[in-house]
Amino acid sequence: MNTSVRNTGRLLSAAFRALLVLTVVCGVIYPLVITGIAQGAFHDKANGSVVKADGRDVGSRLIGQSWNERGGRKPDPKYFQGRPSASDYDPRNSGSSQLGASDPKLVGMVRKARKQVADFNGVPQSRVPKDAVTGSASALDPAISKKYAALQVDRVARANRLSTGTVRRLVSEHTAGRTLGFLGEPTVNVLELNLAVRRAAARG
Amino acid sequence: MSPVLADVLQVSALIAALALVHRPLGDYMARVYSSTRHLRVERWIYRCVGADPDAEMRWPAYLRSVLAFSAVSVLFLYLLQRVQDKLPLSLGFKPIDPDQAFNTAASFVSNTNWQSYSGESAMSHVTQTAGLAVQNFVSAAVGMAVAIALVRGFTRARTGELGNFWADMVRGTVRILLPVSALAAVVLVATGAIQNFAGFHEVHTLSGATQDIPGGAVASQEAIKDLGTNGGGFFNANSSHPFENPNGFSNLLEIFLLLVIPFSLPRTFGTMVGSAKQGYAIVAAMGAIWFAGVVAVTVTEFQHPGTAAQLAGGAMEGKEQRFGEGASSLFSVSTTMTSTGSVNSFHDSFSGLSGGVLLLGMMLGEIAPGGVGSGLYGMLVMAVVAVFVSGLMVGRTPEYLGKKIGPREIKLAACYILITPALVLGGTGLAMALPDGKEAMTNIGAHGFSEVLYAYTSGSNNNGSAFAGFGADTPFFNTTIGLCMLLGRFLPMVFVLALASSLAKQTPVPVTAGTLRTEKPLFTGMLVGAILIITGLTFFPALALGPLAEGLA
Repeated sequence: MNTSVRNTGRLLSAAFRALLVLTVVCGVIYPLVITGIAQGAFHDKANGSVVKADGRDVGSRLIGQSWNERGGRKPDPKYFQGRPSASDYDPRNSGSSQLGASDPKLVGMVRKARKQVADFNGVPQSRVPKDAVTGSASALDPAISKKYAALQVDRVARANRLSTGTVRRLVSEHTAGRTLGFLGEPTVNVLELNLAVRRAAARG
Repeated sequence: MSPVLADVLQVSALIAALALVHRPLGDYMARVYSSTRHLRVERWIYRCVGADPDAEMRWPAYLRSVLAFSAVSVLFLYLLQRVQDKLPLSLGFKPIDPDQAFNTAASFVSNTNWQSYSGESAMSHVTQTAGLAVQNFVSAAVGMAVAIALVRGFTRARTGELGNFWADMVRGTVRILLPVSALAAVVLVATGAIQNFAGFHEVHTLSGATQDIPGGAVASQEAIKDLGTNGGGFFNANSSHPFENPNGFSNLLEIFLLLVIPFSLPRTFGTMVGSAKQGYAIVAAMGAIWFAGVVAVTVTEFQHPGTAAQLAGGAMEGKEQRFGEGASSLFSVSTTMTSTGSVNSFHDSFSGLSGGVLLLGMMLGEIAPGGVGSGLYGMLVMAVVAVFVSGLMVGRTPEYLGKKIGPREIKLAACYILITPALVLGGTGLAMALPDGKEAMTNIGAHGFSEVLYAYTSGSNNNGSAFAGFGADTPFFNTTIGLCMLLGRFLPMVFVLALASSLAKQTPVPVTAGTLRTEKPLFTGMLVGAILIITGLTFFPALALGPLAEGLA
């Protein structure tokens, strides 16, 4: 009995030492080395791809944001709008609605979003694309589809007193195809597009 | 290019990449576990541990080491979460509650990575990198060590010795997991994944609001999370978070990382038993089931059944625009069938039938291709059963790779197979019978039942993905799912190691004209059939109540 207790003790102490030494290797050295390389070689990306405007940080090109009117809850017609978000684009609270594809609550949300998007942009409901009425997985989707961007061009142009041609050109400049031509889906980055629209509107 | 064509190209590129590394990586892993040399860093680790890496262990000693190491890990991780507020880089987060800390510790040590917490609002940088990410490495290395011990059972004769656990676990970490993760982490940073130790960075948006941009050692954790088929995300949104998975390329790389070791280990097996064809028969069975799952989910998601998805014109709820339906479906099948459980889209919002396929992928016992190590040993146990069934059909004593499959072997295999269904069905039944279970469902009816079934399936099979609408952070679920994860991980290992020992002790029987040829396509077919029949008979009633009822409604 005594020897088996002693053997178990010896085994547990070996296990504990193994865990400690592997914690140093995998939990301290590894992340620090990767951080060193990342900060040296890809400084901007490693720190969150932060975007600046007028000399201050206004967001990350990878993290979506809400484009409501100043201090209000209503969408701002001057800006391209992103997808619905389960957390109102709060990065402290990522994640989706988690509602099933037949859930009555989700049906209600989709119906409401469709009407809102159609009315806001002055287009028939049948033209509203799927990404405009569904929440993303992260609630932080930085991108919309080409269709949803195209749908918003007239409204954004009118609100900013720009020609639709100018806005359409800005959309195509900020459209990225599939990575390497076939991976994922084409995207329009909403933050970068809105910054470009804002610059164009300021120039008049 | 149409989304469907792009998706076909994407799947083809993935398969080509996996095929390309299958032989070199599989052979490399075989050399790692067969080599008699020790690297300098490994010698240093053995000295710290006080273990002799050349001492052979019989199965009880091997098992004791596995259990001791895992028990110490659970305790350490539990304590780390309980005192995280007193350590540096705490970000102001409070200590984790006891039931949730137990659940998380059990989850990461058992390679499940079920998360009842939300990473960005609960775990400090120290807990994430020195606690959770370390288990991502070592729990994976433990799984691989046990798989290699089983392979040695086939290659050795007239001995009960299965190798040395410390050597196997350390080599798996140092020579396989660390170098590949380091490379992948740097590539992920290049695509945009973040890697820093900063806290939240407040920015003022153009519309006058503020937004807190998070920081963290994300890329380094993301790489091993996928490579070690762990799945515990730095953020609550897991691999759908743009900082974990920024674009289409990072997405495919992450899917590749999930699959690369599980799909290459059969080559390691083939090389070690001296017949590459035996490995191909196993990888063919894994690949066939995985591919069928990819096709089923992809087709269903593109057709987007379900009233809400029909109304929206596509199944984009819970999916990111940069991935779309195709890349999301591919990721979801790969993550559920590898016991990873990371997600780039939320499975709760998939159509009922897709959700059923994902559930079935886990219920198969995580063997197509399964977790690192656990996939191979699970599949080899199934192969033992398939050989036995085939032997009964032709009336011969079944044998696999020259080892007789007698009463003892088949009893051990049967015990292995019974553990997870007992945990899944027992746990789900208990939760549905008690008020705690019903209160946790966000959805109603069949979909709500699927959420609970998914939770216990995911925990017991060490997957870790969730129909995450389910409110899992209650003392009841933290405790019961925590126990399911530990029992679902370590009880099967007991039977695997006992089986390995029983095989290793035998004297190989020569191959004769009457031997079942286990390297032929016929056997692969038998194997797939045995897997489907066993799983189907076990889980059909439960699936009928949940996803099937929802899908046919």
